[in-house]
Amino acid sequence: MQFNIEINEQQVSAKRGETIKNVLDRIGIHVPTLCYLNGFSPTGGCRMCVVEIEGVSELVPSCSHLVTEWMKIKTHSPRVLKARKVLVELLLASHPDDCLYCERSRNCGLQDLADEMNIRERKYHGKRQLVQIDKACTSIVRDPAKCVLCGRCIRVCDEIIGVYAIDVVGRGSESRIGTSYNKGLNMQTCVKCGQCIMVCPTGALSEKSSFQVVLDALNNPELFPVIQFSPTIPASVAEEFNIKASKDILNLLRAALKKMGFNQVFDSSMAADLTIMEEAAEFIERYNKQVNLPMFTSCCPAWVRYVEETKPQLIKNLSTTCSPQQMMGRLIKNYITSSASQKPENVFVVSVMPCTAKKHEATTDRMKDGTSFNVDAVITTRELVKMIRMLGIDFNSLEPESNDTAFSMRSSSGNLFGISGGHLEGLMRTIHFMMTGQEMSTLKISELRGLKNKKEARIKAGKNILNVMAVNGLAHVNAVIDDIEANRTDCQIIEVMACPFGCINGGGQSLGSDEKNLKTRMKSLYDVDDEEMIKVAHKNPIITDLYEKFLAKPGSGHNKELLHLSRIIPETK
Amino acid sequence: MVVFSSHENKEFLVEKILKSYSNIFDKANADRLSQIKRDKVKHAVVYVGMGTCGMIAGAGKTYAAIEKYLQDNQVDAEIVKVGCVGLCSVEPLIDVQLPGKARVSFHHATEDKVESLLNSVFHHLVVGETVLGQYQHAGHEDWPGIPGIDQLPFFAKQHRNILRNSGIISPYSIDDYIAFGGYKSLYKTVLNYTADKVCEIVDQSELRGRGGGGFPTGKKWALALGTGSDQKYLVCNADESDPGAFMNRAIIEGDPHRVVEGIAIAAYAIGANNAYIYVRSDYGQSLLILTSALNQAKEYGFVGENIFGSGFNLNIHIRQGAGAFVCGEETALIASLEGKRGIPQSKPPYPAEKGLFGHPTVVNNIETLANIPAILENGPSWFKSIGTRQSHGTKIFSIAGKAQQTGFIEIPMGITISEIVYAIAGGVKDNKKLKAVQFGGPSGVCIPVQDLDTSIGYESLQQIGSSIGLGGIIILDEETCMVNLSKYFLEFLQKESCGKCIPCREGTRRMLQILEEITRRPREESTHETLERFKGVMELENLAEVIRDTSLCGLGRNAPNPVLSSLKWFREEYEEHIFDRKCKAGVCHDLRTFYIDVENCNGCNVCQKKCPENAIIGAIKLPHFIVESKCTGCGICFDSCKFNAIYFK
Repeated sequence: MQFNIEINEQQVSAKRGETIKNVLDRIGIHVPTLCYLNGFSPTGGCRMCVVEIEGVSELVPSCSHLVTEWMKIKTHSPRVLKARKVLVELLLASHPDDCLYCERSRNCGLQDLADEMNIRERKYHGKRQLVQIDKACTSIVRDPAKCVLCGRCIRVCDEIIGVYAIDVVGRGSESRIGTSYNKGLNMQTCVKCGQCIMVCPTGALSEKSSFQVVLDALNNPELFPVIQFSPTIPASVAEEFNIKASKDILNLLRAALKKMGFNQVFDSSMAADLTIMEEAAEFIERYNKQVNLPMFTSCCPAWVRYVEETKPQLIKNLSTTCSPQQMMGRLIKNYITSSASQKPENVFVVSVMPCTAKKHEATTDRMKDGTSFNVDAVITTRELVKMIRMLGIDFNSLEPESNDTAFSMRSSSGNLFGISGGHLEGLMRTIHFMMTGQEMSTLKISELRGLKNKKEARIKAGKNILNVMAVNGLAHVNAVIDDIEANRTDCQIIEVMACPFGCINGGGQSLGSDEKNLKTRMKSLYDVDDEEMIKVAHKNPIITDLYEKFLAKPGSGHNKELLHLSRIIPETK
Repeated sequence: MVVFSSHENKEFLVEKILKSYSNIFDKANADRLSQIKRDKVKHAVVYVGMGTCGMIAGAGKTYAAIEKYLQDNQVDAEIVKVGCVGLCSVEPLIDVQLPGKARVSFHHATEDKVESLLNSVFHHLVVGETVLGQYQHAGHEDWPGIPGIDQLPFFAKQHRNILRNSGIISPYSIDDYIAFGGYKSLYKTVLNYTADKVCEIVDQSELRGRGGGGFPTGKKWALALGTGSDQKYLVCNADESDPGAFMNRAIIEGDPHRVVEGIAIAAYAIGANNAYIYVRSDYGQSLLILTSALNQAKEYGFVGENIFGSGFNLNIHIRQGAGAFVCGEETALIASLEGKRGIPQSKPPYPAEKGLFGHPTVVNNIETLANIPAILENGPSWFKSIGTRQSHGTKIFSIAGKAQQTGFIEIPMGITISEIVYAIAGGVKDNKKLKAVQFGGPSGVCIPVQDLDTSIGYESLQQIGSSIGLGGIIILDEETCMVNLSKYFLEFLQKESCGKCIPCREGTRRMLQILEEITRRPREESTHETLERFKGVMELENLAEVIRDTSLCGLGRNAPNPVLSSLKWFREEYEEHIFDRKCKAGVCHDLRTFYIDVENCNGCNVCQKKCPENAIIGAIKLPHFIVESKCTGCGICFDSCKFNAIYFK
């Protein structure tokens, strides 16, 4: 039902069931928010968005209050502005005064609010909270002193990821976001996806930085630093440095990385092709024997951790193939750099990932050969951007540099790993080929594309009909698992990515990304698939070459040690 | 201890008394009823007030002493455990009823007094200072020279409707309650009225919520009844957490079946088949009594399947709250019932539309529900005849603080605050002067002496910036420091804040900090700190206004009340603390400065030895002195001086 309300002495039309904020957004009136999170039900906790309604004695939060016919609203009256200012001043009273040193300086919701409210002095002086910074986790650092208790991280962790790793503990002014039994985040059900960092308005949550480690490695003459980057990185870097889509961003990025001091630059998409080859072979073997189906993909480390920690009964269903990051690391250390006559222990492999869980993955013991890790340091997109800025690299004056190592050729299938459904799409192309000896008639599987949380496709490979599914947002996988445990048997492969929409929206990506950014990133990956010549992993000449010269047949021989993991499968009763 | 009622009277009471009142005109029935009601007793009956207040005062020991006395002297008498009549400050209370004689009540009946007391009563002699009064009854012979209970000042102005049975009947016995007219309204309601009709009757009575909000109960019910849903819930809020308030506890401990009956009628009215009673877990005695009452009601078929053959089913569940003040707020209470962290949600949607587990839910205060049986029994116009034109019925208050008599009372709306303070509570203890009356718990307001003639009622109290609140009254004498009192309440509120919204979580903390700073002794304070302290004071009202304006729930919105109201009426006291750095009442320790009266000091040296700050100097046998800059105002010297030589300003 449509009716008129009055906002700031102006007649505005509104619908029943809309919140005041919905109407304000539509007509372009900005009210500040702190706890509001698009797509979630409002909690009305921060009170920053309060407005004045004629006839209502107190101010009401516009994010949760519904419009009614008679309303006369004032959004920026002196009373409202005073209230908002005092609220921000109250938050600042016990907030650490270290904006200069803060990770989130110039990119902070609280700082923005303080500026918006024109706060120029500390009006209230509260005692600093003496809380320990939680550094125990390999991926995420929590600094509760900077927390404003907006609760966004909790909502994302509960509703999108579904692991319930953090919640509010304590009462009144003692309230803080905590973990169970006050143990570090490493002891929780946390899957290190980093989605909490993406929604945190302040510096209370950040990734565990490898910034200095990488800089030191670059300056260490005894080391041979090389770098690999994930398929989503070029588009994200282009966004950060405002590089036009028409530019050859991939080769510009290679040039920038070279300039930073990396001896060789690898594209993880090539390893993704290899992942596809091994995974396809693994699937066909399982399919023929009809064991451990459906097969779950294992490229997302947050998902793998989730299964290992909370769904051990499904470990047997996980693919044993290494993720592209680790495969690339192993290849670099065991094979590729031998041609550059480098000892494996001197090679320092850095990877740039849109992900914080990859940091955790790289440090687990099974990602070691002897004493050396497959990947020595993982940095996020954010860290890379900072590093490029710090080293004074100007994209405008860079000349694109085509790939210098033979090992950087990729198929567009490997490149698709960055989007939910993309990994599966590439995998199905190769499975079809391996099963039938023929390419699929149309390589594009449109059912697996788009922004839905759960996408299903039915693929015919000769006589076999394969049902596959791609799920993103870890919380959505539970319904699928329930179905399977209730004897749903018609599904053969399930791709899971913990972050909503996949790695393009990973926990290591630039902060403050909106849906438009995500669509641009997605488009850039699909564009590559449209434009590139080699669209399937098994046609990548590097891959065929590798299999001829170095590896055994897919899924066999020493590939098992090199490219697969042995997972500890718990005994079932 | 859970005492189940004996079954011998069940059929008689349910079939003959409850279902058809006319049977009472039959003499045999009337005789049997008056025996159950203990109007006519064949042997002596001793009633012991065993509410929580009684137990604290030693009623348990008294009970044991009475048992021993009866055994030792081979007296054939019944002992009945009852709740409290309201005179908590003179507990333990015991009543003795001899056959044919009026029931006579004694206060301060501690175990050591039991023997002499019972000795004299059983010898038909009632003397001594501990006699309180007697319950006069047409069929009983009065004790000579003993005032009737109703004539005592404490009771004279009361109108006991909800508390009618409290302290009179056994809370452990459903038979007692039925014999005194209980469950009749439920019977009448479920068999004769539609749910609509019940809502209408309650609406006509203009009963308003007794939990503080004052929302019309009938309207709330009608809203829930009108919301379509396959499942609805009724929640009885007995999460009484105001410091100094104990009305809910008294209702449960005195007359639990009245609550059960009220819940059953309310659930019927809104179409709920499940009801929850949310009691704080610290109320151990209440929980015990309530559980026993519920079991009896189930046994008698008043709760459960097909109540009185009407087809109405009702399950009542008891849930214990872990003791969070904020869980008295209805949305936080619902969250707590759902097993979540007890934090309030934004309203709308109101619980009547979307409440417990997402279903329409009515949350009523226990006192509201206890009003229901009588309204259904006597009709809305009876209820409206009590009280004033705008506020009807009675209200229970608990009186705490520096009153002559503390306890709980039920008064008709419309009597004045001064009547409560002076006529009922007997004025201020120890002949001190009254300073103010704190009304409505920690987030209530202070009412100064000049406003004492305000009558009790929703509108009249609103006019002086107060509200009826839950019903806690704290009487403050001249030795109370208003700044310290505000600090105490604010400390309570900021600890109990749930932490969800910024104004309440951060704002109350800052307000408390400002009050702490003005009651702190300024030792070695830098000019910057002094400036900050003054700036804080300037911000106090500003801050209070924003907290009131923007907080999410009632706890936050009312949190500044104690400060604002005391600031309004006792501003000079604040100014004295701020500018003169003095606390006239001597309550704020840090602001006291001690002096030695040279006339009285004989130089015994005790104070000098005890002073932890070495602030006292002086030679033995010569008057000592206090070095002001070193003194922290701890008062150890004051307490240790045997010659009254130390005083403070």
